[in-house]
Amino acid sequence: MSAPTTDAGTTDTAAEEGPRTARLAVLRGELGLIVTPVVLGLAFLAYWTWLGAQDLSMQATSALTTDNLVRQTREQLTITALSTVGVLIIAIPLGIGLTRPRGQRFAGPALAIANAGQAVPAYGLLVLALAVLGGVFGRANDNFLQNTLGEWLGPGLVITVISLILFAILPVLRNTMVGLQQVDQDIIEAGLGMGMTRREVLWRIEMPLAVPVMLAGVRTALVINVGMATLAFLIGGGGLGVTIRSGIQLSQNIVVLTGGVLTALLALSIDWLGGVVERVLRPKGI
Amino acid sequence: MSEPSTADTVEAGPAGMVTDRDPTDAPVMIHLDGVEKVYTPGAAPAVEKLTLDVHKGEILVLVGPSGCGKSTTLRLINRMIEPTSGRIVFDGEDVTDIDANELRRRIGYVIQRIGLFPHQTIAENVGTVPRLLGWDASRTQQRTDELLDLVGLEPGIYRDRYPKELSGGQAQRVGVARALAADPPVMLMDEPFGAVDPITRDRLQNEFLRLQAEVQKTIVFVTHDIDEAVKMGDRIAILRERSVVAQLDTPARILSYPVDEFVDDFIGSGSTLKGLHFERVSGLDIPDYPVIRRDTSREEAQRILEGSDFRWLLLLDERGRPARWLNDAHVADTSRPLHEVGPVVRAMVERNATLHDALEAMITSSAGQAVIVHRDGTYAGVVQIELLTEVIGRMRREARRHYEALEANQAADATADAAGTA
Repeated sequence: MSAPTTDAGTTDTAAEEGPRTARLAVLRGELGLIVTPVVLGLAFLAYWTWLGAQDLSMQATSALTTDNLVRQTREQLTITALSTVGVLIIAIPLGIGLTRPRGQRFAGPALAIANAGQAVPAYGLLVLALAVLGGVFGRANDNFLQNTLGEWLGPGLVITVISLILFAILPVLRNTMVGLQQVDQDIIEAGLGMGMTRREVLWRIEMPLAVPVMLAGVRTALVINVGMATLAFLIGGGGLGVTIRSGIQLSQNIVVLTGGVLTALLALSIDWLGGVVERVLRPKGI
Repeated sequence: MSEPSTADTVEAGPAGMVTDRDPTDAPVMIHLDGVEKVYTPGAAPAVEKLTLDVHKGEILVLVGPSGCGKSTTLRLINRMIEPTSGRIVFDGEDVTDIDANELRRRIGYVIQRIGLFPHQTIAENVGTVPRLLGWDASRTQQRTDELLDLVGLEPGIYRDRYPKELSGGQAQRVGVARALAADPPVMLMDEPFGAVDPITRDRLQNEFLRLQAEVQKTIVFVTHDIDEAVKMGDRIAILRERSVVAQLDTPARILSYPVDEFVDDFIGSGSTLKGLHFERVSGLDIPDYPVIRRDTSREEAQRILEGSDFRWLLLLDERGRPARWLNDAHVADTSRPLHEVGPVVRAMVERNATLHDALEAMITSSAGQAVIVHRDGTYAGVVQIELLTEVIGRMRREARRHYEALEANQAADATADAAGTA
């Protein structure tokens, strides 16, 4: 009979194979995370240089001032950040609640509502929000939306953020639920069997294991929001959509193009940021 | 297995299955008193009024066909499933109504699919219960390393690895280490070796028995595999539907005396052979066998062979170790010296080997019999098939007597009860 240690040694090599290929995949993923910002930066520089070399009309020059573009970019980012935070605050606790034994029966209806939110065309949702919430803004002179948030951010922006939250809740909610549901029952059973409480199992086991799936949902929501924020101009919410609209109204293709390119680069950067966050927050070992 | 001289000696490892002590002598550790689980009121219960004692330091195996409720029974003990009625007494304390989490921290729990936490290192996995119990970090780490050592995983190598970097057998070892972490007096194991390949399973079983000899836990072990039950159990409870105990006894007695057709069917064919695992060669009454030494003359050898009832002579080498088998044809063959004719003795067993090992040796031996040797390889005797037949007969008679006595006692008790109530 051979000693257990030598046996363990031989089985080792078999176990090593998996991690090695897995490490390669991780390396490729990390390479993507490093290369993307460089490519995006170069693309931005190239476009900016090309734009500078163009013989721009007066109308185009006045629409494309650096001040305007920076302000609009900031607005776009504010909308994205606020709506995403709003989504997280609502969707994650809701997702957790709907996967608990007591909440499970509400999972169907909740998902149906979230689905509807995303199924309504974005344009429609914005106008609908303006119609409903605009009334609130118009009627009450002294409410919180009007005076505090409204003055700070502008009423259009607040309405945009609320619509975007409704619009982007679904991926986070669904991924939170899926992420929690896909945790191996044996792992949960082992945790409970060792005397962990339900709460401990949720926070120490289920949540960390659900994080990758949840983060994928958050990344989707981020990308939806940064793209949708381009429509905020429709209800006076600002953003790069303003430049695009000016270009269309003035029949200045180069202005439209600039707005579009900046929106695209911004969306890709945000997506990259989401990837970095995913990478950083993903628990080791899974 | 590096030394050729011992290669044919069947070693009775720590997994040798002979147990002489009676597990029921030890105090009761877990007492199930009429524990019942009913899922749908009115329907048949999943576990029907089960009363069972698990004694301190024993491995009690619950075995039965799938769906008999053995896993449910196990999960009733740590209240992963809450019993509908009945009481659970744990080391003298009624735990039927105490906080289930508190109870579970006192019971090690190993499941078939192990359920290691993939996002935690091996050390964190093993340290789960100590952390729940609020041990400080250094004590937890010390305990973790100690346990990894105990299950044969070098802490320096495995401590910081993640479960996905382990093979199935290694993961199972970690599962066992994790269950042992807070040194619980009791372990519940639900088909713990069910998900690994047969070779690894055998090794894990042996390691676990070795470990158990060291840690002496009270273990309830669930399996559907009667061979595993026979190998692992100090006692076996064979369960039929609704977790009704069909027979509860030591493996040796169950194999020699199945109480009914259900048990007989369940243990299946070959139960007699399996029973041979429970007797050791050293317990045999071995008759004299004709042996000659290297310096014995041919004429002397001939005389000894003719004068004996056996067909073979055993030739020992100069150090008294069995060398060759000689029959009359070999002895008559004058072309070569005696120590160069006749088949070389290969089938040897040590005195502490089981009769199963001896039988195996016999079958492979050219003389149809197994040579017993001392630990140093010198000759101790020869076992023949007739001896085994005798032992089997004796085991059966003993088991039957045991059950007849049991029945007589019960009958007497019943009469006494009847007299008492009358």
